[in-house]
Amino acid sequence: MNKNQKLANKKKPKRIVIREEYCMGCRLCEVHCLVRHSKTKNIIKAYKGEYPRPIPRIIVEEKGYVSFALQCRHCEDAPCLEACITGAMYRDKKTDAVLCNEKKCVGCWMCIMTCPFGVILRNVEGEKVASKCDLCMGEEIPVCVKYCPNEAIICEEKK
Amino acid sequence: MEGLGSKMSKRPTPTEFIIERDDEKCIACQACVRMCSNDVHSYDPESDTVSSDNTKCVGCHFCETICPTGAITIKRNPSEFKLNANWNAEVIKNITKQAETGGVLLTGMGCDKPFPIYWDHIVLNASQVTNPSIDPLREPMELRTYIGRKPDKLALDYSGKETKLKTTLDPQLKLETPILFSAMSYGSISLNACKSLARAAVEMGTFYNTGEGGLHKDLYKYGANTIIQVASGRFGVHKEYLEAGAAIEIKIGQGAKPGIGGHLPGEKVSEEISQTRMIPLGTDALSPAPHHDIYSIEDLRQLIFALKEVTRYRKPVGVKISAVHNVAPIASGIVRAGADFVAIDGLRGGTGAAPTVIRDSVGIPIELAIAVADHRLREEGIRNQASLIAGGGIRSSSDVIKTIALGADAVYIGTAALVAMGCNLCQKCYTGKCNWGIATQDPYLTKRLNPEIGARRLVNLLRAWSMEIKEMLGGMGINAIESLRGNREQLRGVGLSDTDLKLLGIKPAGEAW
Repeated sequence: MNKNQKLANKKKPKRIVIREEYCMGCRLCEVHCLVRHSKTKNIIKAYKGEYPRPIPRIIVEEKGYVSFALQCRHCEDAPCLEACITGAMYRDKKTDAVLCNEKKCVGCWMCIMTCPFGVILRNVEGEKVASKCDLCMGEEIPVCVKYCPNEAIICEEKK
Repeated sequence: MEGLGSKMSKRPTPTEFIIERDDEKCIACQACVRMCSNDVHSYDPESDTVSSDNTKCVGCHFCETICPTGAITIKRNPSEFKLNANWNAEVIKNITKQAETGGVLLTGMGCDKPFPIYWDHIVLNASQVTNPSIDPLREPMELRTYIGRKPDKLALDYSGKETKLKTTLDPQLKLETPILFSAMSYGSISLNACKSLARAAVEMGTFYNTGEGGLHKDLYKYGANTIIQVASGRFGVHKEYLEAGAAIEIKIGQGAKPGIGGHLPGEKVSEEISQTRMIPLGTDALSPAPHHDIYSIEDLRQLIFALKEVTRYRKPVGVKISAVHNVAPIASGIVRAGADFVAIDGLRGGTGAAPTVIRDSVGIPIELAIAVADHRLREEGIRNQASLIAGGGIRSSSDVIKTIALGADAVYIGTAALVAMGCNLCQKCYTGKCNWGIATQDPYLTKRLNPEIGARRLVNLLRAWSMEIKEMLGGMGINAIESLRGNREQLRGVGLSDTDLKLLGIKPAGEAW
């Protein structure tokens, strides 16, 4: 196995691409994101039986017939990383994802203030923490990608 | 005359479907509310519940498909009139509608009346003992088909080292599988649906048909797999258009509405469609019933040769007709007029909009039409001069193979292709509210058909049918679709009358060769 093959075999970090031309605004990504980040991971229990009610980490933006799903872009120069006062926001070395250590988060919302995409949400029902896309760690592909019925959210390997 | 009288006569629109919502499963995510173009579902924030208005449901099953918990089931309304074999529910509902509106009843897709389906009364042969069957996974099996005029005889030149063909061949369409996508215009279906068909045709080495809606600028790149249609409205017909495709088809009629024209309502004529069709924005696109320059076979010949002239005899030019009583002599006339292929569309052929009464009661089934047309052309010794393409309600690979054995060179599929893209035959194409993003121009709805998915599903369908056709051919001990064409000995009729058998040119089941 030569060097190039080794490089090719190594799993590259993923990134989520949104294609607004195919987003039909059904918001199923939000539903499945909520379920994935719930305690029970069961769609009916997550909606009907969990308190605090989990919130989705993906938001569908809509105006007229244009809509698209938006979640953390995991920016290369993420301003939330710099703004975080407790060091709760960190970059995962393996996946290149920007993640929030909820144990460290104190809910000062500085990350929300600096996020250029508005994709960090306040989760205030339980402990006050910043809630954001974690690329569904542990899943083969993020659930928003998996369940989008029109392939308007796709997963690509980072170049 | 306002007053009690007119109010008494007013009856609510009959409810066709009942939406059953399992409240235990419904999580009030409102996907159904957002997705239904008929505004059936609504959300009440006060009680955090979703409810449905059954009267508006058309039964397209989009909400049922999209519901993440499977909480929705669409059922037919069980409400019944007093049983009457003559005055059944449909008749009563239709009369009521017309008594209220005074209009022609419209519908979409193909005839849904229970006429006999001859395919379901025809069975195929298979090899046993006396001739070996062929395993298509181990041995070559040929589905390649050529559409176009074949020479009366071939002259060969043996003088050189290699044998050469002396006869100049007429232009041919090369199909890797004997299935084409039938004419569906941009206008009747969305651009994303056209793109799905075009990409699938490219990938499978077959053709799609523009219908009479012209060719959108984004579709020119699929030209090598496009059949260009010239219909009575002449929408979007210009030199580049005629040169863009691989073949030209003159549309005289279509199976769903023989003898009548088309009508694309002005609301559907968007900026893009107006440019493609070359008509003013928002005006109705009316296709006349006849071509105003074709009133005889001689006139048709003029148009065929005008189109051949324009394309410098490089492309086959065919004619599409609907299957009517005189289909065989008409087909013969068309071949003699110089057509390179004749497409025949049967009774069950679909449409984006047609008067219900026409769709359901005009024309003859394609099985009979193709059998008599093929027979007539053979009898007259001109079968080689044109290919026959049959369409109109072809539902499976078995329908395809039986149609080919009855004499067709290839088949057109329209409805089956739409079903592959998501359609559930709610027959509401004419409303322009297609929830599946197929028969609509509403930008909110057309987005729902991702052409990548559409093309993939169409390719899957053609691939699956092609494999099944190979299996059936192998079973018969035939290794090329060419050897099955018009090979009616491979067919037998079950439960058909002597007249049916005679017209189809097949023997009854049980009778040996």
